[in-house]
Amino acid sequence: MYVGAIFFPLLGASIAGFLGRWIGDRAAQWVTVACMALAAVCGIGAFAQVALGSQPLVQPIFTFIDVGGFEVSWALRYDTLSVVMVAMVTFISTLIHLYSVGYMSHDATIPRFFAYLSLFTFMMLMLVTADNLVQLFFGWEGVGLASYLLIGYWYERESANRAAMKAFIVNRVGDLFFMLGLALTFWTFQSVEFDTIFAAVDRVRDATFLGLPSLEVIALLLFLGACGKSAQLGLHTWLPDAMEGPTPVSALIHAATMVTAGVFLMVRMSPVLEYAPNVLALITIVGASTAIFAATIGCVQNDIKRIIAYSTCSQLGYMFFAVGVGAYQAAMFHLFTHAFFKALLFLGAGSVIHAMSDEQDIRRMGGIWKKIPLTYVMMWVGSLALAGVPFFAGYYSKDMVLEVAYAAHSGAGTYAFAMGLLAAFLTAFYSWRLIILTFHGAPRADHHTMEHVHESPWTMAVPLLVLSGGAVVTGFSFYEFFVGHHQAHFWNGAIFTAAHNQILEHAHHVPDWVPLAPTVVGLAGIALAYLMYMFVPALPGKLAGAFPAVHRFLLNKWYFDELYDAIFVRPAMRIADALWKTGDARLIDGMPNGVAALAVDVADGAVRLQSGRVASYAFTMIIGLVLFVSLLLVGMPR
Amino acid sequence: MIAAIAFYLFAAVLIASAVMVVTSRNPVHSVLFLILAFFNAAALFLLAGAEFLAMILVIVYVGAVAVLFLFVVMMLDVDFSAVREGFQKYAPVGGAVGAILFLELVLVFGSWTFAEEAGALRVNPMPIGVDNTRAIGRILYTDHVWLFQLAGLILLVAMIGAIVLTLRGRATSKRQDISKQVNRLGSVNLRQVRSGAGLAEIGIERPPVDPPPAPKQVEHHGGGHH
Amino acid sequence: MLAIGLAHYLTVGAVLFVLGILGIFLNRKNIIVILMSVELILLSVNLNLVAFSARLNDLTGQIFAMLILTVAAAEAAIGLAIVVIHYRNRGTIEVDDVSTLKG
Repeated sequence: MYVGAIFFPLLGASIAGFLGRWIGDRAAQWVTVACMALAAVCGIGAFAQVALGSQPLVQPIFTFIDVGGFEVSWALRYDTLSVVMVAMVTFISTLIHLYSVGYMSHDATIPRFFAYLSLFTFMMLMLVTADNLVQLFFGWEGVGLASYLLIGYWYERESANRAAMKAFIVNRVGDLFFMLGLALTFWTFQSVEFDTIFAAVDRVRDATFLGLPSLEVIALLLFLGACGKSAQLGLHTWLPDAMEGPTPVSALIHAATMVTAGVFLMVRMSPVLEYAPNVLALITIVGASTAIFAATIGCVQNDIKRIIAYSTCSQLGYMFFAVGVGAYQAAMFHLFTHAFFKALLFLGAGSVIHAMSDEQDIRRMGGIWKKIPLTYVMMWVGSLALAGVPFFAGYYSKDMVLEVAYAAHSGAGTYAFAMGLLAAFLTAFYSWRLIILTFHGAPRADHHTMEHVHESPWTMAVPLLVLSGGAVVTGFSFYEFFVGHHQAHFWNGAIFTAAHNQILEHAHHVPDWVPLAPTVVGLAGIALAYLMYMFVPALPGKLAGAFPAVHRFLLNKWYFDELYDAIFVRPAMRIADALWKTGDARLIDGMPNGVAALAVDVADGAVRLQSGRVASYAFTMIIGLVLFVSLLLVGMPR
Repeated sequence: MIAAIAFYLFAAVLIASAVMVVTSRNPVHSVLFLILAFFNAAALFLLAGAEFLAMILVIVYVGAVAVLFLFVVMMLDVDFSAVREGFQKYAPVGGAVGAILFLELVLVFGSWTFAEEAGALRVNPMPIGVDNTRAIGRILYTDHVWLFQLAGLILLVAMIGAIVLTLRGRATSKRQDISKQVNRLGSVNLRQVRSGAGLAEIGIERPPVDPPPAPKQVEHHGGGHH
Repeated sequence: MLAIGLAHYLTVGAVLFVLGILGIFLNRKNIIVILMSVELILLSVNLNLVAFSARLNDLTGQIFAMLILTVAAAEAAIGLAIVVIHYRNRGTIEVDDVSTLKG
């Protein structure tokens, strides 16, 4: 069961990928779906046994590397933390696979898509069940690779290729820090096994690296690595572009796999982070900034998937600042609920796109809610959960995150609380802006498209329904386990909180207005969206006209892409260009070419010598004779 | 004294004729000057006491090689004025190379001395009281017989080579092949020709042409079926 | 034994040698004269050998000279044969035109 949960996706990917050509599209896709379903069954079974039954275990597979003192075994670490992720990933991935059957039905290379999708899931599972940092890194890179393949799935589109490369390269930046962190971890602990590391944390608390506390440096490096994967401010630029992939891919990246890897890493390394207070403060600030930053951009975007992508970015910010204030459980809780409603939102958006004949711009939608009522309802549920409206999943987790931020009573915590509250307002606002623009008002699509609008097939509807159920119930049903009174028993030591860290306890005793605030601002955001887009549709245009600079600033995503383009991309291109033209073409190619040309020249000269004229040869002989006699004469005195 | 005068005389004539060999416009003259040079060289050999070599030089060179040259020059109808083109052009180079070489040779010979034990290192000392020809013969046919044979072999190869090179095997040449003639069938016949009869009367005797192969005989049995 | 000094013979030999070299340079088109020049060079060598032989009272030099004469005769015969067939094929004896050895 424990092995099956991880390796069924790989089996599915291998069958679809290597045999897809022979077994056909339908067989390939259903095989992967079946494998994923089996994995999900195993995953949920494991969840029941490990998390609810409190039986953590480590399933060894084989020794991966054994060099000198560096030993890496390959094992599946099943504790509550990983099993939560396994169950969530396999479950959501199964639904996404099923959804893809309907969504990708018109695609030309279905087996390839499903193989990638399953591979992606496998890599993520590899990551979360890692028993050591190297295995985690393997999964980490595998996720990066699979995301590259999937974002660039429509490889005939230039924009998709660019987005795939961008995602990969930006992730590499994070990976570099991760690798450094990995190396420093090994240097500090002489091991990469989690158990050894966690046991040794106390011992190395005073260790320093280059005059800095080792634990702080490790935490910082790993955090920077996580920033790349989880699209935190600075390394977030790839995430919106990743929308170039098919919608199920976006759902998978944003809900279950990939972006949550960073949060997972932070939580997994909680024993180290606990002793790195400065880095925790930094994480808090970066997370809070990401939350507000992405939310502001989300308010003005027009691509349905991009809006949701920025909302993901924003929600990841929440998770990070929850980690930053030491409430890892709250971060995991938000990650867990977020996976459901974000998958729901993405799949709903995919359903809309499917209905609108691949139209993604919400300015060219509208007035379709009667035609696709199911999708409409699903989007409502997802948005309600996202906005944190009471009794939906997001309400519990987001409240919890904001409460812990408030309860931190530190400068960074207060900043995070303020930003989180503001972001919650904006989140509600742009979610309803999305819904209203997409479903209400006068139809803005052309006649032909409108005629074609249709509800999605059952393969797409079923996952939506299941996920909507998840978006409703995961909040209150798991609240007690994740962050409530049973949390210590539930986590069972998988998440380490130092003795001084009583943040969850404090969070339950915040003033009464704090839990209420997110709800209020969320409702206010919804009201504002209704006001601006439903009742006074002219208002947004006027606002944009009144503050053109602000509008442009937000529309261009705070000019991050342009900034990076100027700072990194263009100089890198210039260096690469120079290396290519002088380094490669002239020097490296020049050497063999030059040698060849030299040989040709020498041969030309030799041919000229070989005139075939006997007289010339005779002269040459005589001149040689003269030279030899001269040599003899010169050499004679000595 | 007389020997010295003779030496200078022969040496002067030798060098002068060598110059003429190299520079004369007509190759025939060159050959003739070459013969003169050989004669003078032979005289110098005589002065040095090498009578046999001197005679050989005269006989072999003048009698054979020089005559061969003369023969070839005269046999080949060559426009020697055309051949002499470039004479002026290469004179400076040749002169320079020659001058350098001469200078060097003078330097070599000028600074050269015999080793002290040179006399003791002689291989074939000249026997006292034996004339030159006999002395050479004594060692040539004994100690150096293999060299002698080798020289003979070289001459043989040169002879065969020269013959092979210059023998014309023309395709048009009418060569007599006796066996072919003897094996010829039916073409030779005797015929009594009336005396005084011309070709117009008796016709040209041509070799008989083979009759065409007879058609294959097919047996017919009176048209009956059997 | 040698009436005249060795140096005189050597000088004559050197002059003869240089003249032979010059002949090759000056008559670079006329192969017959080149062959004659070669004969002159060989003659100068023979002169040297004979002179040394006489000076040292050693017959070896004369044996050498005889062999050289043999080789020179053979060389002249072969060389002239080549000239003859070359002339037959090309109608000329200009050495400059001979470049079929060219690769």
